[in-house]
Amino acid sequence: MKNKIGVYICQCGSNISDYVDVEKVKEIVSSEDIVFLSKTTMFACADSTQKEIAADIAEQNLDGLVVASCSPKLHLDTFRNVAIRADLNPYNYVQVNIREQCSWAHSDKPKDATEKAIKLVLAGIHRVKHSVALEKLKISSENTVVVVGAGIAGMRSAIELADMGSQVYLIEREHFVGGRTSQWNELFTTGESGRDVVSSLYKQIKSHSDITLFTGAEVVSKGGSVGNFNIEVKITPRYIKPQCELDMDKFEKVLEICPIEVEDEFNFGLTKRKAIYKNYPSEFPEIPAIDDKNCNRCGKCLELCPDIDFGQKVETLNLKAGAILITTGFDPYEPKEGEFGYKTVDSVITLQQMKRLIELNDKELIYNGKKINKVGFIYCVGSRQPDGDNKYCSRYCCTSAIYTGTVVREKYKNIQNFHFNRGIRTYGKQELLYHDASENGDVFLQFYNDSTPAITSNGTGPKVTIEDFLTKGKEIEVNLDLLVLVTGMVPRKERNIADILKIPIGRDKFYNEIHPKLRPVETVIDGVHIAGACQSPKNITESVKSALSAAAKANSLISKGEIELEPTLAVIDKSLCKSAGECIKICPYDAITTVEYDGKTVSEVNKSSCKGCGMCIPVCPENAIQLIGYTDIEIESMIEALI
Amino acid sequence: MEDITTKKEAKILVFSTEKISDPAIDLAGLLKMHYPPKVYTINIPCSSAVKPRWVLHAFEKGFDGVFIAADGTDCSYSEDCSEKTSELVGLIHKKMEEKGIELARLKMAAVCSVCAEPFVKHMISFNTYLSNIKSN
Repeated sequence: MKNKIGVYICQCGSNISDYVDVEKVKEIVSSEDIVFLSKTTMFACADSTQKEIAADIAEQNLDGLVVASCSPKLHLDTFRNVAIRADLNPYNYVQVNIREQCSWAHSDKPKDATEKAIKLVLAGIHRVKHSVALEKLKISSENTVVVVGAGIAGMRSAIELADMGSQVYLIEREHFVGGRTSQWNELFTTGESGRDVVSSLYKQIKSHSDITLFTGAEVVSKGGSVGNFNIEVKITPRYIKPQCELDMDKFEKVLEICPIEVEDEFNFGLTKRKAIYKNYPSEFPEIPAIDDKNCNRCGKCLELCPDIDFGQKVETLNLKAGAILITTGFDPYEPKEGEFGYKTVDSVITLQQMKRLIELNDKELIYNGKKINKVGFIYCVGSRQPDGDNKYCSRYCCTSAIYTGTVVREKYKNIQNFHFNRGIRTYGKQELLYHDASENGDVFLQFYNDSTPAITSNGTGPKVTIEDFLTKGKEIEVNLDLLVLVTGMVPRKERNIADILKIPIGRDKFYNEIHPKLRPVETVIDGVHIAGACQSPKNITESVKSALSAAAKANSLISKGEIELEPTLAVIDKSLCKSAGECIKICPYDAITTVEYDGKTVSEVNKSSCKGCGMCIPVCPENAIQLIGYTDIEIESMIEALI
Repeated sequence: MEDITTKKEAKILVFSTEKISDPAIDLAGLLKMHYPPKVYTINIPCSSAVKPRWVLHAFEKGFDGVFIAADGTDCSYSEDCSEKTSELVGLIHKKMEEKGIELARLKMAAVCSVCAEPFVKHMISFNTYLSNIKSN
């Protein structure tokens, strides 16, 4: 039993101390006999505080440690490592959550939050009082990662994982790879086209023996857990024989004969496409696909092309993986009808449509049959909403809009750009682009949240009326040929994967990491990582950085072939056991067997099979089983401290 | 002046699970979703590991209610964890009956890792129910 316990109460800047009187908590818990020292600290996780705690443990010969701070999911290992550095067994450390489950949850009642914090810390002290020294367990792990989403982040992370020695299954829902990046032509800052970047990555993926790509594929279920996930994947056929060697002339004829026309989502509805399609000639995989939802099976294409095969069936694969990486990207914000004239005023389109329009128009910029000379951009549409759900900045759109304006100005003649903005956020090196656009004649006008521009039709095109902040609120009217709404990023509408994997979703509705700074690519589901724009708005550079980070994290988790787990094991007191057998029946791992002991048959736990779930402990009629770390004395002393 | 709402507030012990329901309770805090402050959580690996004696100990020491935030189908240990936890609740109910403890003071519901809002709703309604018992 411990009797020299050190207690540290973190203010977490002011995240805790704004609502919890940490000095009062310290004062009360310090009166416990077994508490040798207690301190408050601005940031318990700070390097200097960690050193201080380690020094206290060593110098004062502490036999137990309690840190009351954030969720153990963030810093359990941090302080266990502090204990290890000070030669204290890490399982003689208890982390008490007084942030997520106290100061934040009860920020409306600070007095009650303080009372709750006191009880929680006392419970932690009593738990550590009865804790025992333990060593971690190890389980085998598949060195395989399932990467979901073959956009820029998924493709880049797949290559990185394979380069580091992991087997990769790359799962793409669409029939072609590249995601949003393949929809963009020239990219700032390099001037490369998105499809060139995608082509380069695809070639690397195809040449890598450790990457298996599945297109038209969706994860439909998940079993198992970290180290040993079982992933079920449904593959929708593309109805083209795999050995097809694409002949573009023949493909053009098939396109002509196909009677189906649907909205082309690749061009954001600016054009139509056929049921058999390929978004652009150099798209990968090389062979086209038939859209199962829209094809009416008229069979006309079969007459021209022997490689079409409607006999292909949906397949289901079962994959084993040690870790999962989600890179499912984003959707562009779809403005509401009437929002800045969208769908109510002619010639109002989104930024994403504008990017496709530029690619579809070679020598002159034409929209709805009209030549475009004056282009306006309205910024922050669907982002930084004062009243809507999307409070966040979408990060990429200021740069993307200015770059689009620059491309338009350079590609076509006599173009004048007007940028109606709420403050330009071309951070870092992107600021140079803003400077160049200003130097080259683009006009920037600025408005406030509470005085947004009015969009009306002047009979020939959209008219923007703005109170321009930069000219002291002067009302300015600008007649345009085309108005581009600079729409930001929103989470994907279709995301069954979140339900299947139970990925946490944050306030902004994007997938939520454990901690934005400390564990930025991990989720609370062990072994499930996130990267790219499914996590938060990111530009391509930032998406790739997070993809590489997630790849490194996933690989480091599983590449050793074994994963360290908590040493939580059931132990049976053989002297109490009367071999009722209930524990054997309930154990999902067959980890309990019988042995002879002192002239009787008793149950015994096989340490290598026990996973520490504890299902056996409540069913023993003799209360002969204890779960290490959750013994009766630990739990019951916590209950007494909490009351 | 005493705060009437605080006076009536019930003390609730929650058994949450480290990988599934505890993240949901953390998420509720992260989202600043408020629930009664006299809700205290002890986390364990799996909801099928709650010992009846712990629940009885909590009632004996003065908790008004015990809530088992079960793993449901997400349990990484067993697919039929929900059934096992339900059977366990049945076992605990028998022991509560023997001691004359009202069965409704023990509640179990599946709380997935992102079920912050359902958790908060459970806590508010359970607190209301238990507070009414206290007041009567």
